Amino acid sequence: MVQFLQQLINGLSIGSVYALMAVGYSLVYSIMNFSNFAHGGVIMLGAYFGFFGLTLLKLPFAVAFLLASFGTLLVAIFVERIAYKPLRERKAPFLYFIISAMGASILLENLVIATIGPTFRTYPEVFPKTPIELGPLAIGRLDLIIFVISAVSLSFLIFFIDKTKLGKAIQAASYNVKACALMGVNTDKVILTVFGLGGFLAGIAGVFFGMKYTVYPQIGNITTKSFIAAVFGGLGSLPGAVLGSVLLGIIETFVAGYLSSQFRDLIAFVILIAVLVLRPTGIMGKVTEDKA
Amino acid sequence: MDWTYIQGILMLAGINLIAVLGLSLLTGFTGLFSFGHAGFMAIGAYVGAWISASPTSTPAGMGLPFILAIVGGGAAAGVVSYFIGRISLNLKGDYFCIATLGFGEAIRLIFNNVNRFGGARGWPGVPSNSTFLTILIADVVAVLFLANLVKSRHGRNMIAVREEELAAQIAGIDVFRSKMTSLVISAVYAGVAGVFFAHYMTFIQPKMFSLTKSTELTIIVIFGGLGSISGSVLGALVLTALPEILRAFEIWRLVFYGAAVILIMVSRPKGLMGGLELTPSGIRKWTAERNALRQAKATLLAEDSGRKED
Repeated sequence: MVQFLQQLINGLSIGSVYALMAVGYSLVYSIMNFSNFAHGGVIMLGAYFGFFGLTLLKLPFAVAFLLASFGTLLVAIFVERIAYKPLRERKAPFLYFIISAMGASILLENLVIATIGPTFRTYPEVFPKTPIELGPLAIGRLDLIIFVISAVSLSFLIFFIDKTKLGKAIQAASYNVKACALMGVNTDKVILTVFGLGGFLAGIAGVFFGMKYTVYPQIGNITTKSFIAAVFGGLGSLPGAVLGSVLLGIIETFVAGYLSSQFRDLIAFVILIAVLVLRPTGIMGKVTEDKA
Repeated sequence: MDWTYIQGILMLAGINLIAVLGLSLLTGFTGLFSFGHAGFMAIGAYVGAWISASPTSTPAGMGLPFILAIVGGGAAAGVVSYFIGRISLNLKGDYFCIATLGFGEAIRLIFNNVNRFGGARGWPGVPSNSTFLTILIADVVAVLFLANLVKSRHGRNMIAVREEELAAQIAGIDVFRSKMTSLVISAVYAGVAGVFFAHYMTFIQPKMFSLTKSTELTIIVIFGGLGSISGSVLGALVLTALPEILRAFEIWRLVFYGAAVILIMVSRPKGLMGGLELTPSGIRKWTAERNALRQAKATLLAEDSGRKED
């Protein structure tokens, strides 16, 4: 029982980081109907921004944290402007977006390898390693902080989408971009907002990922799992992305804890395939009517 | 630049070309996008290695001739693709793409955990059977087969499915079957490419068949131009050689590569060939189109200046 609860806590912690990443995929998909594979590169840059903010600039954690998230916000918008906007204007099919995204992801990853280097870097210790004892359970301070900040950021995101005017525009655009534009909504602004929001959360996720594990240029490959979480929950749905991420995080830690850590990566892809075969729209996905 | 070095690059381009031609059939002629073809290459590579590696090596193989390895590797990839197709070909657009990504990665991770085939450490000691001549013969056969297939009834059905699935279905084409044929043939191509790859490198590791490899293949197909076999040939040659040419820039070459991919998507989405073929009839078609365009422009201009004079 104790082990079960302990695993559950670990699962929630990694699941909440996945959630921060997955909403980025889902937000973009809900409006532009393509999987933004450059998102992994943005998350990776977030981890580096935070790392250099702490080590090179010796900033306090909160400032480094904000630096990382605003930095990735700008990067995400920059990627949109360079790699997607021209395609958007030409109304190119989704595949061109995906290939362009792959190009951007190759570019970002290798830009970091070329300028910073391929070595693994460890974050300095910001929070003490001693866990908080809760009866027989030991909760890592970092895990707790990750969970709380992720939950707060995601609540803010949902508040923004539900209550603000721009958020309403995002909702409207996710139903129908064309009709939304005809109603006088500046869809270009909506798309920029979506990339900005996704980029901001990507920075937070990158910092947490770097603190929990290490920082290296190929972090983007790991974020494929958060993409799977977004598909699991239903691409294009924010609550779905969060739910899918938390479930994936928990399932992964249980598989690693009770079966074998070798199967941890495999189970994610098995889930992906099972979801696509049984229920392609995921747990609570947007139903797109693809004519022909 | 000595001949062995150039020959090495050409062999790698030839191996890539086999896989690219297969993907070209699926993507360029049937309109289905795959991010999992590295998985089919992995199946071909491992089954091929298993058939031809000597029984005394570790992991042990069967020590059979190379030709059987090619047949076995291709067939294995084809069979696996059939089962994958059965469950995923009904998915639309993006979702089929994601499913192939999942299958490709799952195949790689399974090989990572199969200790019989060396697991993550890989399989050393695959016989070095891929020669310049065998790859060249395989390329010629692959191109001829594909060119004839595309012109056949099956090929025309696939093109119809690419253009408008619903209309193709109404016209009486079995859409699912056309897609399946295309997927299986393209997987066989990828599997054969995997066999040649294994016998060229003489060492294989699951890591070699990652999502990056699948992406690379798709990028080559798009770079060459969707729906053009000669485009795929040119694309495979240029994009395999490009990183080698850029080798002088060392670590920056993949940065340029990524930037080039974005640039192509943004500026010339039709790819190098843009659906045209580098055959006598293709060139005639291209010049005819250009002349027609020029004439139309000239008449428009003449009308325009005529109106101004009025």
